[in-house]
Amino acid sequence: MELGGMTIESVRAAIASGAATATAVAEEHYARIAAEDGPSGKGINSFLALSRERAMAQAAKIDAMAAKGEALPPLAGVPVGIKDVLTMKGSPATAGSKILQGYMPPYDATAVTRLEAAGAVLLGKLNCDEFAMGSSNENSAYGPVHNPRALDRVPGGSSGGSAAAVAAGFAVASLGSDTGGSIRQPAAFCGVVGVLPTYGRVSRFGLIAFASSLDRVGPFATNVRDAATMLSVIAGQDAKDATSSDRPVGDYVGALAKPVAGLRIGVPAEYFGEGLNAEIRAAIERALDGLRAAGCEVKTISLLHTKYAIPTYYVIATAEASANLSRFDGVRFGLRAAAENAGAQTLSAMYRETRDQGFGAEVKRRILLGTYALSAGYYDAYYRKAQQGRTLMTRDFLAAFAQVDAIIAPITPTPPWRLGEKTADPLQMYLEDIYSVAASLAGICGMCVPCGETKAGLPIGVQIMGPHFNEETMLRVALAIETAQS
Amino acid sequence: MADVAGVTMDEVLRVAELANLELTAEEVPRMRRDLSAILGYIAQLNELDTTGVPAMAQVGEVLGAEVKSTGASLREDAVRPSLDRAAVMASAPESDGRFFKVPKVIER
Repeated sequence: MELGGMTIESVRAAIASGAATATAVAEEHYARIAAEDGPSGKGINSFLALSRERAMAQAAKIDAMAAKGEALPPLAGVPVGIKDVLTMKGSPATAGSKILQGYMPPYDATAVTRLEAAGAVLLGKLNCDEFAMGSSNENSAYGPVHNPRALDRVPGGSSGGSAAAVAAGFAVASLGSDTGGSIRQPAAFCGVVGVLPTYGRVSRFGLIAFASSLDRVGPFATNVRDAATMLSVIAGQDAKDATSSDRPVGDYVGALAKPVAGLRIGVPAEYFGEGLNAEIRAAIERALDGLRAAGCEVKTISLLHTKYAIPTYYVIATAEASANLSRFDGVRFGLRAAAENAGAQTLSAMYRETRDQGFGAEVKRRILLGTYALSAGYYDAYYRKAQQGRTLMTRDFLAAFAQVDAIIAPITPTPPWRLGEKTADPLQMYLEDIYSVAASLAGICGMCVPCGETKAGLPIGVQIMGPHFNEETMLRVALAIETAQS
Repeated sequence: MADVAGVTMDEVLRVAELANLELTAEEVPRMRRDLSAILGYIAQLNELDTTGVPAMAQVGEVLGAEVKSTGASLREDAVRPSLDRAAVMASAPESDGRFFKVPKVIER
């Protein structure tokens, strides 16, 4: 089998037929990671830790099943990478932060457990922005990830490692997390498929929390069908996450067989304004033409409050982050700042010194912003106002989905930029999230599918958004766009 | 909404104290500049008429009956085993195996 062209189904079929073994597939991927991911190779820097022992034990188990002719589970032998904000027993979990350096979580995230139960071979942990805060992966304490499609460019963030590993052929699929665009945007930048499931569709248990009312776990893959397979494995209620929904999980792969003719596609005028790069606009127009040719009805819609999505998002996300990140204090896990004079150090000084040494600049900035927004005298003006704005934005989407079955929009205003280009001005970096944060606030599902590239060869992705708990329709539209490309 | 052009050094330090963050002398002016710029941008929320609009804390709230908000989907409150204590304590920076050890709490 040729690396890079592998899909979930091709790996599973090759193992089932005896043409390949899960062990050999895993070894090939580890060899490629060893050759290309580090500074002596391409310097992509996508993996922070490898879980070789666990991966090879799982591969041996799959090979034994295949040798006995047993029916293989849906992800049998499929090499998968895990974003380092999700816990995997026996592997370090850093969340891209120094404050969790050396932390070995004693439990698996539910999505991790489900992938392994479905036969996946878990290769290791993937680089990301510190605590998933960032749009370029340059906020990782362990160095930035480089975009495999253009090594001088950012891979997007915060799940930059998850997107890059799939784009580079280091893994057939991966898991990421998306709070304000952290799956969709890096998928667009690296030219892969990334899915933001509806809030509550995938358990957050074992996900190191950033903003709990926004955080979601979702898959990356090279194609829509593989993404649907991954989603069907990780979706579903979990007793360990009270916000996970008890709605039955859809047949995401089966739904792909349904044609898209007759579907109503909404194009929100507010997402195609001045700031949108012309090549991205043209690529999305071509994707819309393809949908029209496939029998979809494309119409302009309005999402009136889009302009307020970024200010709303950055109040709510930072407020929740300031509370969630208070747990990192040097007591129960990770780093504890060593006192110059240990006997004289007090508890409160230890908290402050640990957090000062452990957190990077962007994390501190967001904790300060969130603390400010929640502090006495400012709560109503910022936090409550943003929560009301969130209601208005969610109502926009509910009204839109009364008229259309799916929404097509850009994910990013620009193609991937050069490393270091936007790090000096945090507000400019936040504005890159303009097309992704509204879906996060509303809790609807969204995804990225590649739809071409710029003249310079940089990937372009298009965003498909669907109503709450209707991933099936979104995936069908994505498949139609993907099919029209080939 | 407060006038954000004037996030002061003192306000940055006060918020840092609330957040248990110790900022270096170089970090304070930088954070003041960044917070002022970001809060200035956020101030456009003032344009939104939110009269009578409920605040939204969770996605399930706006879906009404679509997602059970009644607690019907909460798990039964039953005694069940939790994580192994030894495995949890092994992650702590300082522990005697039973308790987390911390520097002295009371300052004299």
